[in-house]
Amino acid sequence: MRITIAGARVIDPASQFDQITDLHIDAGQIHALGSAPEGFIAAQTIDARGLIACPGLVDLNVSLREPGFGRKGNIASETRAAAVGGVTSLCCPPDSRPVLDTPAVAELILDRCERAGQTRVFPIGALTKGLEGEQLSELVALRDAGCVAFTQGLAPVKSNRILRRALEYAAGFDLPVIFTPQDPALAEGGVAHEGPTAARLGLPGIPETAETVALARDLLLIEQTGVRAHFSGLSSARAIGMLADAQARGLPVTADVAMYQLLLCDEDLDGYSSLLHVMPPLRSSSDRRALRQAVQEGVIQAIASHHQPHEPEAKRVPFAASAPGISSVEIMLPLALTLVADGLLELPAVLARLTSGPATALGLPAGRIAVGDRADLVLFDPAGTTEIGTHWLSKGDNCPFLGQAAPGCLSHTICNGQLVFQA
Amino acid sequence: MSLKSSQLQLNQQGQLCHFLGIDGLPRELLTEILDTADSFLEVGERAVKKVPLLRGKTVCNVFFENSTRTRSTFELAAKRLSADVLNLDIQTSSTSKGETLYDTLRNLEAMAADMFVVRHGNSGAAHFIAGNVCPEVAIINAGDGNHAHPTQAMLDMLTIRRHQAPFEQLSVAIVGDIMHSRVARSNMEALRILGCPDIRVIAPRTLLPEGIEQYGVRVFNDLRVGLRDVDVVIMLRLQKERMQSGLLPSEGEFYRQYGLTSDSLALARPDALVMHPGPINRGVEIESAVADGPQSVILKQVTYGIAVRMAVMSMAMAGQTTQRQSRQGAQ
Repeated sequence: MRITIAGARVIDPASQFDQITDLHIDAGQIHALGSAPEGFIAAQTIDARGLIACPGLVDLNVSLREPGFGRKGNIASETRAAAVGGVTSLCCPPDSRPVLDTPAVAELILDRCERAGQTRVFPIGALTKGLEGEQLSELVALRDAGCVAFTQGLAPVKSNRILRRALEYAAGFDLPVIFTPQDPALAEGGVAHEGPTAARLGLPGIPETAETVALARDLLLIEQTGVRAHFSGLSSARAIGMLADAQARGLPVTADVAMYQLLLCDEDLDGYSSLLHVMPPLRSSSDRRALRQAVQEGVIQAIASHHQPHEPEAKRVPFAASAPGISSVEIMLPLALTLVADGLLELPAVLARLTSGPATALGLPAGRIAVGDRADLVLFDPAGTTEIGTHWLSKGDNCPFLGQAAPGCLSHTICNGQLVFQA
Repeated sequence: MSLKSSQLQLNQQGQLCHFLGIDGLPRELLTEILDTADSFLEVGERAVKKVPLLRGKTVCNVFFENSTRTRSTFELAAKRLSADVLNLDIQTSSTSKGETLYDTLRNLEAMAADMFVVRHGNSGAAHFIAGNVCPEVAIINAGDGNHAHPTQAMLDMLTIRRHQAPFEQLSVAIVGDIMHSRVARSNMEALRILGCPDIRVIAPRTLLPEGIEQYGVRVFNDLRVGLRDVDVVIMLRLQKERMQSGLLPSEGEFYRQYGLTSDSLALARPDALVMHPGPINRGVEIESAVADGPQSVILKQVTYGIAVRMAVMSMAMAGQTTQRQSRQGAQ
């Protein structure tokens, strides 16, 4: 279908393009920018004056909960939520049931995503079988089945020797590995950042060193093996400092942060809201400040939702007994625009952290607007407002932002040249 | 975002309608609890130990953790207030059949219970119930995880008030496993609110929580320095698990460093009170001679516990009733 988007402010962070112009889409691709090519007759013209057009968002961490956790979410519900949130490319972590450690599971996920037809999905494979940390998954077969990177998530590897071997093996095939560093023994039993708030609330703490001890080990092994590495969901100022040092030394490591880590901190736990139980935990306000600064300076290239939908019962228990995670893929854009409203970043820079930044970190063919590329686009009204939760689509409504208002209002999502969402 | 305990437990008139924790309560309210408890102490000395304040009300003691003593004193308190009492030991009951805390309490609420006395292993459990499950039932926290044990704190305050100088003139030391103690947290908060100028905590580093300074306390790692000239010593129970998790080398070493013996007690003021929330571990945190000695008020604490619980239960029920009436009035 031929679509013309007329009069939008087109922002493409990858090419630093930012001007008011027309966009023409044909056969799923960006056909032209500016005036329409000769003979191009649009079947649909979107009057986008006053709107911003940018690449569709790229979210590096969205739990789809399928297969295996249908009470929490499924591919149809969560990819729909993503599309309505302007996310046209997403990576799903391997902690499904069964674990994404065989090509069959990857194919099942990709087939169902294809059928849902909402958004593009790039699965992340399990680094070890069953995420048990003992035996390597068939990484090359998984790559051939569509996995773009490999991870253990928070699941520990049994020994440093196995981790070293896994990284060496992945490096040999130039496969990216995603790390979420957390020392299991230091974090054991903990549910909140170890600090004054957790101490007062009597919540078992997870010290900052749970992250930094594991991060130090990971950085050394990355350096030794030369594996392509990305850090996901870093939470502490100290870890950010170590990451920045590694980058300054020339280690090509990238990182994403969970959006909610930029907005919330451990002081918010005061009412024991189980909606704020996340892993790694919300850390102190000074950690949050460091995370925001790292996003500003580009030490962190990507902001991801770390979307984890849950059934109501998973959160309808006391804090420590609740399942960790926040459902938020559909509100990534308005939450990100609060960073602009706060003066942390200019709009194009925020959009970079949501599009080209994550795409580049994992080498995904997404996150930019270029003639001949797939037409994955978002249109939004920067002057509008989103009342969070009025049309909630994720199966999980475990979101602490429900009922709040955030800046910006998404109006259209175009994925592969198709209009998948129109407000 | 959800309400803090201090907001949740007071009704619009500032009366207690749940009793979840000490933090954030005004000094006048703590004093009112102590004054009310004082008046109930006399009830325990009568031949007929009953007042009709909770007549016709149903109180459920819902204990997800075992505690014979605390549950018994709550039960006696409720009965002396003429309430009907239902005791539920949930460990052996429905949650082991897979029923959630939410469903268990909703079921009890449907039996027209007016008050839940709840003990639970998760910090914030009482808060969760008051905020998310049954806001119209008065919730009394009988201990939640490591967070709070507010009736214990108030009975400790009553003990101190009845046997020592005013709070403004006291040095109080809390000794032992502060980290895992809901009693210590609630006591530090209560002492501070009541104006105690010198609160000391004495423990090895491994048994002190991060950020202990926020309670406005002085921290001592050495018992012999920390006990000097104090007026009150509150000893805490040491759980045996602490040795397995690498927090302490052995019971013996703990006793030698932190056990309250006649020798170490001699460093405190001669009239210093010795307190302990019980159950005591003789020879682990306290010497028998001290526990049974003339300065010990450990058994007094138990007696006062009933009066304090009567006070809190009657006040919270009154606050809940006022709340209900104003809600109905608004409709």
